Amino acid sequence: MAEKLLMKGNEVIAEAALRAGCRHYFGYPITPQTEVAHYMAKAMPKINGTFVQAESEVAAINMVYGAAAAGARVLTSSSSPGVSLKQEGISYIAGAELPAVMVNIVRCGPGLGGILPAQCDYFQSVKGGGHGDYKNVVLAPSSVQELYELTVEAFNISDKYRILTIILGDGMLGQMMEAVEFKDKEEIYQDDKKWACTGTKMERESNDITSIYIQPEVLENHNLKLQAKYKKIEENETRVESYNCENADIIVTAYGTVARIVKNVIKMAEKEGIKVGLIRPISLWPFPTAEFEKYAETPKAFLSVELSAGQMVEDVRLAVNGKRPVHFYGRMGGMVPSQKEILDKIKEILNK
Amino acid sequence: MATVFKKPHALKDLSLHYCPGCTHGIIHRIVAEVIDELGIEGTTIGVSPVGCAYNNYEYFHVDMVQAAHGRAPAVATGIKRVHPDNFVFTYQGDGDLAAIGTAEIIHAATRGEKITTIFVNNAIYGMTSGQMAPTTLLNQVTTTSPFGRKPEIHGFPIKVCELLSQLEGAAYVERTSVHDVKNIRNTKEAIKKAFKVQEANKGFSIVEVLSTCPTNWGLNPVDALKWLETNMLPFYPLGNFKGKDLEV
Ligand SMILES: Cc1ncc(C[n+]2csc(CCOP(=O)(O)OP(=O)(O)O)c2C)c(N)n1
Ligand code: SF4
Repeated sequence: MAEKLLMKGNEVIAEAALRAGCRHYFGYPITPQTEVAHYMAKAMPKINGTFVQAESEVAAINMVYGAAAAGARVLTSSSSPGVSLKQEGISYIAGAELPAVMVNIVRCGPGLGGILPAQCDYFQSVKGGGHGDYKNVVLAPSSVQELYELTVEAFNISDKYRILTIILGDGMLGQMMEAVEFKDKEEIYQDDKKWACTGTKMERESNDITSIYIQPEVLENHNLKLQAKYKKIEENETRVESYNCENADIIVTAYGTVARIVKNVIKMAEKEGIKVGLIRPISLWPFPTAEFEKYAETPKAFLSVELSAGQMVEDVRLAVNGKRPVHFYGRMGGMVPSQKEILDKIKEILNK
Repeated sequence: MATVFKKPHALKDLSLHYCPGCTHGIIHRIVAEVIDELGIEGTTIGVSPVGCAYNNYEYFHVDMVQAAHGRAPAVATGIKRVHPDNFVFTYQGDGDLAAIGTAEIIHAATRGEKITTIFVNNAIYGMTSGQMAPTTLLNQVTTTSPFGRKPEIHGFPIKVCELLSQLEGAAYVERTSVHDVKNIRNTKEAIKKAFKVQEANKGFSIVEVLSTCPTNWGLNPVDALKWLETNMLPFYPLGNFKGKDLEV
């Protein structure tokens, strides 16, 4: 029977990873995600898994790189400043085409910033962050239930395409407690990992994992191969939820925690006779461009609400492609907009 | 006709890309001979560095993972934790290990990570054309210490074995050289012992090998060997710093 438990977001991530077959975790403490590490530190020794508290995020992501190269399902988690340090390793993971999952429970910045929720790492997550032409899959859950489901999926996507998958949450989601219903058994994508470094056992040629290609023709081909893979992911792994968009006066777009607030705004607006739709990107990369194209001519305007100075709004503008005005409303520094604030902004846009 | 000399099996039959007279090649051969003699080719996983040996994954007949500059000990940690029964080694230069990767090597050693590090100290950055390394000797001229390394400006050279041997997790620490036949033999014995220490699960093992960079030292290969002997040996004493009497 499915098990229903009341759990904290960060702990659910760890539990989901274990259920997805992850037996190796490498990390370094940073608020507001540290409970992932606490959970793993307790759980891993009991199941013969690995928990290593690395000396830094730089080391942690390189341990992930090694473990992934060795064929393991592997997890690391951090928060914004820590993820900045991981960027070197992330670029190498992309270059060497290794599967791994990283959680970023975003806090507000720049710099040391604060520990409260933010979405100011959108650019860093979906546009690269490290050096080189590469992409990571970025999934943005908006409930604890989704943290569980998307963490499991993240491992499957990673193994299927040999790519880093990022769970992009925020401090609110990581710290909140909600009921979560676990499945009896997870569907786990099985890769034979013939490419991994496990020792030749004198039975095969040696496997090499590398991201260096000094010959320009070879490196360009490697890049073309990566780009073809990214295209395939765009075709197959785009995830989006849209709600109330048919005949909407305005379509709000938001992800993660903010999308939950917007759902309440929709109800408030309805009472005042305003029809508000919501497009909630679940995969931030690949971005659900097609969903925006589908509704691009429905509303009077779009409004992107974010815990940032306006980052996802750029992708929304590209997707809407000038067909409708795209507005932005955001709060920073750990401030979270109230329902009323968002509704007021909607009314201002609609001149009501 | 009897074969008296051949390539070790663990070294692929390829010509190495190192400059003439560079002792990286000798060290590669030693590592491969040890792998052959211990019969561990099928269970060994190596980690390549950034530096002149960046692509040595192509040369060894064992599974190899190429790591970012300095991060080989962290990468090796990840590999070893997944495959605790395999042999895992890193091969790193002095820039790689003692500059950008100082934290990684110290903490891998501190954790007593059961890996073996082959640390090639040529007192200079080779690949990027002769800049000062953390191991560059006092008064040594490099492209970034053109008037010689001065302690008041550049600080002092790092003695890695002396440093790491203070750490409890480091089980076996030895410095050797490859400037003549006797020392080449000693290097082989040390590397063999380092792998055995790993096999016996005793902790972290490292062999620092003093090596030449004729190209960036601006010397011919023979003079480079002499330079190593005359200048490096007095500052970097050879010998065992830890674990000499370990029963393995
Ligand atoms: C992050 C990063 N910084 C700098 C470099 C450039 N780089 C390549 S090799 C090297 C020096 C390597 O020197 P060493 O480790 O002593 O090895 P050697 O070339 O002497 O064998 C540097 C600085 C790099 N590849 N990556
Ligand atoms: S540059 Fe120096 S270390 Fe590099 S291959 Fe040439 S001689 Fe060897």
